[in-house]
Amino acid sequence: MEHGQLLTAIWAAIIAFAVFAYVVMDGFDLGIGILFPSFAVGEERDKAMNAIAPVWDGNETWLVLGGGGLMAAFPLAYAIILPATYPLMIAMLLGLIFRGVAFEFRWRDQAHRPWWDAAFTIGSLAAALAQGMTLGAILQGITVVNNAYAGGWLDWLSPFTLLTGISVALGYALLGSTWLILKTDGITQQHARRLAIWLGAATLIAIAAVSAATPFLANDYWRRWFEMPDVLLTAQVPLLVAITASIFFWRLRRGSEAIPFLAALVFFLLGFVGLAVSLFPYVVPRSVTIWDAAAPPSSQLFLLIGAAPILPIILGYTGWAYWVFRGKVGSKGYH
Amino acid sequence: MGVLANLDSVLLARAQFAFTISFHFIFPAFSIGLASYLMVLEGLWLRTGNGVYANLYRYWLKIFAIVFGMGVVSGIVMSYQFGTNWSAFANKTGPVIGPLMAYEVLTAFFLEAGFLGVMLFGISKVGKGLHFFATCMVAIGTLISATWIISANSWMQTPAGFAINARGQFVPADSWLPIIFNASFGYRLVHTVLAAYLTTALAVGGVGAWHLLKDPANIGARKMFSMAMWMAALVSPIQIAAGDQQGLNTLAHQPAKVLAMEGDYDPSPDGAPLVLFGLPSNSEGKVRLKVEVPKLGSLILKHDPNAPLPGLKDFPREHWPPVPVVFWSFRIMVGLGLAMLGLGLWSLVARTRRRLFEWRWLHRAAVAMGPAGFVAVIAGWVTTEVGRQPWTVYGQLLTSQSQSPLAAPAVATSLVLFAVVYLVVFGAGIVYVLRLMAKAPEPGEPEPPNIPQRAAGITPTPSIHPTAFQAE
Repeated sequence: MEHGQLLTAIWAAIIAFAVFAYVVMDGFDLGIGILFPSFAVGEERDKAMNAIAPVWDGNETWLVLGGGGLMAAFPLAYAIILPATYPLMIAMLLGLIFRGVAFEFRWRDQAHRPWWDAAFTIGSLAAALAQGMTLGAILQGITVVNNAYAGGWLDWLSPFTLLTGISVALGYALLGSTWLILKTDGITQQHARRLAIWLGAATLIAIAAVSAATPFLANDYWRRWFEMPDVLLTAQVPLLVAITASIFFWRLRRGSEAIPFLAALVFFLLGFVGLAVSLFPYVVPRSVTIWDAAAPPSSQLFLLIGAAPILPIILGYTGWAYWVFRGKVGSKGYH
Repeated sequence: MGVLANLDSVLLARAQFAFTISFHFIFPAFSIGLASYLMVLEGLWLRTGNGVYANLYRYWLKIFAIVFGMGVVSGIVMSYQFGTNWSAFANKTGPVIGPLMAYEVLTAFFLEAGFLGVMLFGISKVGKGLHFFATCMVAIGTLISATWIISANSWMQTPAGFAINARGQFVPADSWLPIIFNASFGYRLVHTVLAAYLTTALAVGGVGAWHLLKDPANIGARKMFSMAMWMAALVSPIQIAAGDQQGLNTLAHQPAKVLAMEGDYDPSPDGAPLVLFGLPSNSEGKVRLKVEVPKLGSLILKHDPNAPLPGLKDFPREHWPPVPVVFWSFRIMVGLGLAMLGLGLWSLVARTRRRLFEWRWLHRAAVAMGPAGFVAVIAGWVTTEVGRQPWTVYGQLLTSQSQSPLAAPAVATSLVLFAVVYLVVFGAGIVYVLRLMAKAPEPGEPEPPNIPQRAAGITPTPSIHPTAFQAE
């Protein structure tokens, strides 16, 4: 592999990492937002909020790195995907606004707290659905002519994208419920455990449905997943999902506090690997590869020189911040 | 909607960017200044042990949390808007300004977000020293953030160090230094950061003055008013000098913008006047009803009353910016800047006569000037950004060639949604900030960093001691 290609591959890996970090970290924040109406008003809601209040902002920053990194390293992909999913992007951004301000506003305005709690849930749900549907829209393909988006503004809407939207929302809710098992105790934890059983089952059904539907979107996906000899490798993905699922339900019933969350992370990781199998090296399926979309080596190298030492430092102090707030959460808040 | 849908989509996309960036800019302008102020307050508290600093820290931290949160969520909109509405611009300039903005994420956003949780919630968990460190990291993060984004913005104003590749993209020509340190970057960075500090000083001073009017003995109000007036007195003259220097820089690199600010349609071979007021009209190519001082324009811009200056008519008509907007926003900014200087000098007089906490008209003026920084910041931003038109990359890429392939109704719909959501959400947020400001700072200011979590296992006693952050 020549230098330019290696750089591009490294950047694809970094952006994939940023997107994955975002999905699982903000995933549990958004999941708690989605599940918020099921928590009792008062102490239970306050605890659920406090379980994520110190970390949500850092979690969300990975989304900015995903977007900003895409523009820097793969400007063509950024310039095609965002107009193609325009209403989804707007819905996601507006959802994230409602979700983000609710953290502070609900403590500042006793009279309208139910409103901001509703904003927290609706915003979280809108962002989750929009992100899931964006994933579906990319998978089903985007009309590209002359290196620009050439479709209409509702091309992304289809039964498949509805399926991926709901699937991601369910998966986030699973992450949220298992995070609460880890961070709470007593009645709230029992509540989270009951939710996790149902959401675990629903997420597995969703994974199965999306996996079953994807090969029918395009012949290329079918070939990648089911033709010999690739099938020997690709078949390991569903096998690992099945193994993780058994561990998840077994440990959940045994009262384990950390394993359900870790197993949910593995579900997402395997889903992510599945996506890579379907897409690589395309960033827009069947029309734009990472090599086509890449910024010139001088741009990618300039950013990599900084990113290589800085990313581990970011992971270090992010880990420290999580460590500071380890343990079970209280209901008081600082407000 | 009906009216909006008839406008062309470039104009709608510009309106959307102008609306969302103006709203966004209010929050970082305040949070850059507040983060540094909080760092100073906590540092002074740790050094002197004086409880008034701890109380003021807690007082402003609650406001900072809301302002910072609104800045974060409105900022994410900006980082995606390049792709949604301006995808041609994103594709063409991504290889140059993309890395600058990605560096902002890597070096600033993560730093701020990573330490914000500890700053807001962590005092009882990490102890005083580490908590102060977290406050410093957040404050430094805001400044690093300003540096990168101003570099990217300045490159759009004074592009340098680029080549155009076969795909029509701007790419780095050789070194990154001329790109980062482009001709207007230093001037713009100084002017913007000073503006954030001045804006915060006026807001803090306004709040202090408000409470002094009600209770001249309130110790917290006295302290914050005094600190804020020092800032206003010291920074506003520096800011005026920095603005002057940026004006000279703009004349050298973006002459049409300066001529629009000055309202100079016709060339002035024998020295340009300074137009104080008037009604510029691009269609007539002149300023109606103008009040002007002869030669003063050349004296300011060239430091020579007889130096010739060009006029907008020396430039192709299609390259004129919308003069009335730039002309008026510039005057609003300068007028407010002079008023800030006046307030600062007035406070110095009061201070030397030991009447800083007694002169009620000074306090009333400080209350009136409380929001002035925000207005001036927006006006300055409008001046420089609208003055860049009709280009996105000055002299290189037209705004009309920067847009996404979107139909007008799509852009119109999202513009309406943003307008409604911003007015409701940020309107509520601003009300909450004002409510907090309306409460006087108290000696036993409610402790912001309560304990949101119970520590697991055994934590060393001092770090969770409940009085760790109480005033002495």
